[in-house]
Amino acid sequence: MTDAHTTGTHGTGPFIAAIDQGTTSSRCIVFDKDGRIVSVDQKEHEQIFPKPGWVEHDATEIWENVQEVVAGAIVKAGITSADVKAIGITNQRETTLLWDKNTGEPVHNALVWQDTRTDALCKELGRNVGQDRFRRETGLPLASYFAGPKVRWLLDNVEGLRERAEAGDILFGTMDSWVIWNLTGGTDGGVHVTDVTNASRTLLMNLHTMAWDEKILASIGIPAAVLPEIRSSAEVYGNAKGGILDGVPVASALGDQQAALFGQTCFAEGEAKSTYGTGTFMLMNTGSTPVNSYNGLLTTVGYQIGDKPPVYALEGSIAVTGSLVQWMRDQMGLIKSAAEIETLASSVEDNGGAYFVPAFSGLFAPYWRPDARGVIAGLTRYVTKAHIARAVLEATAWQTREISDAMTKDSGVELTALKVDGGMTSNNLLMQTLADFLDAPVVRPMVAETTCLGAAYAAGLAVGFWPDTDALRANWRRAAEWTPRMDTDTRAREYKSWLKAVERTMGWIEDEES
Amino acid sequence: MAKNIQSLERAAAMLRLLAGGERRLGLSDIASSLGLAKGTAHGILRTLQLEGFVEQDAASGRYQLGAELLRLGNSYLDVHELRARALVWTDDLARSSGESVHLGVLHQHGVLIVHHVFRPDDSRQVLEVGAMQPLHSTALGKVLSAYDPVAHSEVMEAERRSFTGRTVTEADAFESMLDLIRAQGWAADAEETWEGVAAVAAPVHDRRRMPVGAVAVTGAVERVAPGGTLRPELIAAVRDCARAVSRDLGAGRF
Repeated sequence: MTDAHTTGTHGTGPFIAAIDQGTTSSRCIVFDKDGRIVSVDQKEHEQIFPKPGWVEHDATEIWENVQEVVAGAIVKAGITSADVKAIGITNQRETTLLWDKNTGEPVHNALVWQDTRTDALCKELGRNVGQDRFRRETGLPLASYFAGPKVRWLLDNVEGLRERAEAGDILFGTMDSWVIWNLTGGTDGGVHVTDVTNASRTLLMNLHTMAWDEKILASIGIPAAVLPEIRSSAEVYGNAKGGILDGVPVASALGDQQAALFGQTCFAEGEAKSTYGTGTFMLMNTGSTPVNSYNGLLTTVGYQIGDKPPVYALEGSIAVTGSLVQWMRDQMGLIKSAAEIETLASSVEDNGGAYFVPAFSGLFAPYWRPDARGVIAGLTRYVTKAHIARAVLEATAWQTREISDAMTKDSGVELTALKVDGGMTSNNLLMQTLADFLDAPVVRPMVAETTCLGAAYAAGLAVGFWPDTDALRANWRRAAEWTPRMDTDTRAREYKSWLKAVERTMGWIEDEES
Repeated sequence: MAKNIQSLERAAAMLRLLAGGERRLGLSDIASSLGLAKGTAHGILRTLQLEGFVEQDAASGRYQLGAELLRLGNSYLDVHELRARALVWTDDLARSSGESVHLGVLHQHGVLIVHHVFRPDDSRQVLEVGAMQPLHSTALGKVLSAYDPVAHSEVMEAERRSFTGRTVTEADAFESMLDLIRAQGWAADAEETWEGVAAVAAPVHDRRRMPVGAVAVTGAVERVAPGGTLRPELIAAVRDCARAVSRDLGAGRF
């Protein structure tokens, strides 16, 4: 994509390189001082499915890919390590790896966040309290996504591992730790660190002290010797050793959704971003207090810049958004491409009375009802596939509204505007519908790659490439803004119908214990 | 009414015969089904094969429908697909040019705006997706008129209204302006639609080199064309963007 920039005004740098170690691929993007993309390189890695519900990654392959895309992006940009002021890291969150610190070899494939093998273990760890046993300390429910129980599973199931771990030969890390340790030398003096945002997804860190919680470590059964040092999201952890960026400071780490929050410059309390992909993740900055959620949201760390106090966030996720459009294309065959959903939906004025609640694997935030299954409600002879297409887009918008309402209830802060990114932001009808249902403006920034940009911003702040967050705000450019056009009565009536449809999904699975 | 062309009728009958389910038929089956001499049937099949409407299986020698028929059926490019492909490139164009960017397609004798990127300053702007622009006076419309034969016939038949003192309305002058646009590969609108506003546009092509839309940079005439001359780097940036989108749609380099 570098060839698009023949007219650009990048000058001669300097630049920041951001590494995004994601779920399906690793990418490196080089940014200039204005936050514009100079070059991109990307490589996919294998998804390993040993059993139903199990998902693994080969961490060695991932590290090789990271080195390759970094070299690729630097070469495409036509620059050298001397032009790069810092390296920033962002990563798929919660994916868990243990490796031998003497050989640098992973002891097992990484257990990916989607992997559900720790379901039973999480129930067991809940004891008589249930899934909220560690919520007060960690902000999280006991769920299979999070790293802590995955570490325990590995210690229990890889032969001899617990002894090696207790002897201090084994290191644990999420993918940020793995990349940073390797970048800074690996077995030759690599630094073993993680940042507060990644640590906040382990179920092992106390949100109030920003330190590993000894009681929880003992409860889950994890020796402290394997843990990385918890650092801020923006500081120099060490310098790259070897490779094309030899000597360049490694200066940021942020989980991918937190990086997007940072890249969208949501630096003030009440500012929120929502990333629309296969699923959707919405995060709201709640300032210097970790807000307890009573409405099914997660409390997490948004970011921490150097020795400044940490900034917290509330997080809500929607399991099925872009994947519902894919389902309409691949399973239903109602459209030929994802973009066509808008064409079909635009051919009618409204949903014709139909509502689609895609509770394919239960209802998530704010309901948390695993017994729910998907429903299309309100069907009459009048309803066409175009109305269903419209209901599909409305489902994403209503679910965003539900999360936004939960955030308002928990934080007491009204959403003033929603910053959006991700693939579905090219859907104009969806963005307008979002603004209509939220009754708030929806804003798309000019750089779509907010995740990498966030990592670059944090790294640039750490090395003084940018002076402060105000300078980053000045870089933010509005590419489009959708303003609410729906009248209050219509919105209220439609929301009521949506909630009725949601009600009808519940209790479908009868014998599942929840 | 003139007599129908027999060979075309026979070709159509063959396509219908091959379209019935998943069928591969040999030459003699086709010839006997349609009551034709083998030589006649073969001649028609060979012509259809050259056009890509029929393919011959190398191993069995049997005939089946060709990929070109599929392409004909899918020839319409969804405008939302176009917007999704253009998103990254048009963002970058707005950023590098400092002006607003529009993507337009031919629709009901005018230009339908299917994508709009704001000018990258903090000013209040309104999303113009869904708005219509005239074909004969805007940069987008002129590019479409120059490259798309349907747009061309529509613009020549329509009344070309004069919006400002600079609007070109007279047919011969308009045609020679389109000739120039085709020769240079881009179009401009210097206060021909709105006073004080200038724009530059270039065509977007799909993989069959069909003009499917146009991309434009629009801004105050003082910035876009200072002293009455269009900024050459702006023209280059618009053309680069249009080429990048075309490439994403599968068009070869040109």
